[in-house]
Amino acid sequence: MQLALQNISHRYGGTTVLDDISFTVDDGEIVCIVGPSGCGKSTLLRIAGGLERPAGGQALVSGAPPEGSLNPLTYIFQDFALLPWRTVEGNVSLVLEDHGINGRERRAVIADVLARTNLTDFARALPRQLSGGMKQRVAIARALAVKPAIMLMDEPLSALDSQTRELLMDDLIALWSRERFSACYVTHNLNEAVRLGRRIVVLSRRPGRIREVVEIEMPLAERAERLAELEKLQRRVWEIMREEAREADREITDVA
Amino acid sequence: MSHETAASEASAAPASADPAVQRPVPFRGGGFVHRPLGSVAPVVFLAILALWEIGARSGFISPIALPAPSEAFGALVDLATTGMLWKHLGASLYRLVVGWTLGSLLGIAFGLAIGLFSLARSGLLPLVSALFPVPKIALLPLFIIWFGIGEGSKVATILFGTFFPTVIATYAGVDNVDRNLIRMGQSFGLSWLSIVRKIIVPGAMPAILSGFRISASIAIVLLVAAEMIGAEFGIGAYILMAGALFALDQLIAGVALLSVLGLCISWLIGRAEKRLLSWRS
Ligand SMILES: Nc1ncnc2c1ncn2[C@@H]1O[C@H](COP(=O)(O)OP(=O)(O)OP(=O)(O)O)[C@@H](O)[C@H]1O
Ligand SMILES: [Mg+2]
Repeated sequence: MQLALQNISHRYGGTTVLDDISFTVDDGEIVCIVGPSGCGKSTLLRIAGGLERPAGGQALVSGAPPEGSLNPLTYIFQDFALLPWRTVEGNVSLVLEDHGINGRERRAVIADVLARTNLTDFARALPRQLSGGMKQRVAIARALAVKPAIMLMDEPLSALDSQTRELLMDDLIALWSRERFSACYVTHNLNEAVRLGRRIVVLSRRPGRIREVVEIEMPLAERAERLAELEKLQRRVWEIMREEAREADREITDVA
Repeated sequence: MSHETAASEASAAPASADPAVQRPVPFRGGGFVHRPLGSVAPVVFLAILALWEIGARSGFISPIALPAPSEAFGALVDLATTGMLWKHLGASLYRLVVGWTLGSLLGIAFGLAIGLFSLARSGLLPLVSALFPVPKIALLPLFIIWFGIGEGSKVATILFGTFFPTVIATYAGVDNVDRNLIRMGQSFGLSWLSIVRKIIVPGAMPAILSGFRISASIAIVLLVAAEMIGAEFGIGAYILMAGALFALDQLIAGVALLSVLGLCISWLIGRAEKRLLSWRS
């Protein structure tokens, strides 16, 4: 399945947040979106997932979702968004209940996704008993349960410490190698962007416009070994962003 | 106390400049923390009762001003042996349970409506805000005209008294549910009803339960007030009768009953909180 954003513009009150953004996410491709704080990355992702209506332009999907996909466009949130009153199992179960998957079938799906995210031993734990990394694994398990075609990830690793982030990034890469999901991955962290992205869309400060799209041909599996080359790419992206970030930092915002 | 020890330790270690002398870093992290001291409450309670009893027996407390606790206890035993205890208690409990349950159910329903629908919020919230501060006991004569002098007016007083705080607790609870969780539900394609049932109601539950604590104590106050006006049975009627006859031992016994009733209700709500909110550490 493909996701295409066409000439997306958006305003909050009188402030233009996004201005004429177009790009596509192809099958099995991870597109990273980076940009200075407040440039509208989260807004763009909400528009892509149908949680917000853009003021201009449109978000389009094409192609059939994979067999049995319950929720083709699926989010992974920065703050995990787990229901604190449900166990790990219950949180995964939540997204299946509404799709009429019950009884043995539901238990099988839950067991499967928990096994794939190494959470089987934590099935009956409550979110408050888990570390941040574990919580995000639960959120990933929950997303996998609905067999997404395209994952929309809004800074999924930002709330984690850097060691946990490394571990989860390895998990994500392993997962992607097996499942080849497509993803739109918003991040602040340029290292994550060059480690995961097939393409990196660099946005300018608010109003967010596309500054540049950086393509990275290197296969994901090789990137852990070729860090020196990635370092160079990362520096290039930073050069593009640097002035924007500095200016964005010095801006006075009057929007909440 | 830890204050003093810290100070004395600090002064015990003279500020000698001798680098060879090692002295402990003075501890100053004590205090400002509560330890549960389970045995203190009953001791304080029994001590007060004992002092009161001694005061009454020695004549220091005049029996006209305050009867001895043993006399109040005697009145309670009398009440139990004559079987009147159950009559009064039963009448009160019936009014309390019916009024509070109906008021809470209606309150939750209206609170959810105000929390979920803009129309209900604009239409009902000003009304709720206007009626909430009215002491419901002032409306009792009106309720007597509407619902009769019997059970109806008393139940209605308690119902209205519990309705408003429950509405406000519920809609505030709904407003406080994490928006990100709702957005998560939407992003996974949950139906509106599922979002309300599985995300909003459980998320508002802590606020609703603390609303119950408030509405339960309001209900007891209104119960007694309503029973003081035209009731044959009930703890309020018993207290009023005792007061009219200056039977202070009975009056104290009635007040003790109310206090026990309040403690029981707060214990029950505590149990409900433990069960329903066990996910909160
Ligand atoms: N619901 C809203 N109402 C009004 N303004 C909003 C709303 N959501 C976001 N904004 C504003 O729009 C701008 C873009 O917000 P957005 O959250 O999309 O930025 P972001 O790039 O994700 O920022 P960050 O890097 O901090 O996550 C910000 O200035 C923000 O204050
Ligand atoms: Mg954001």
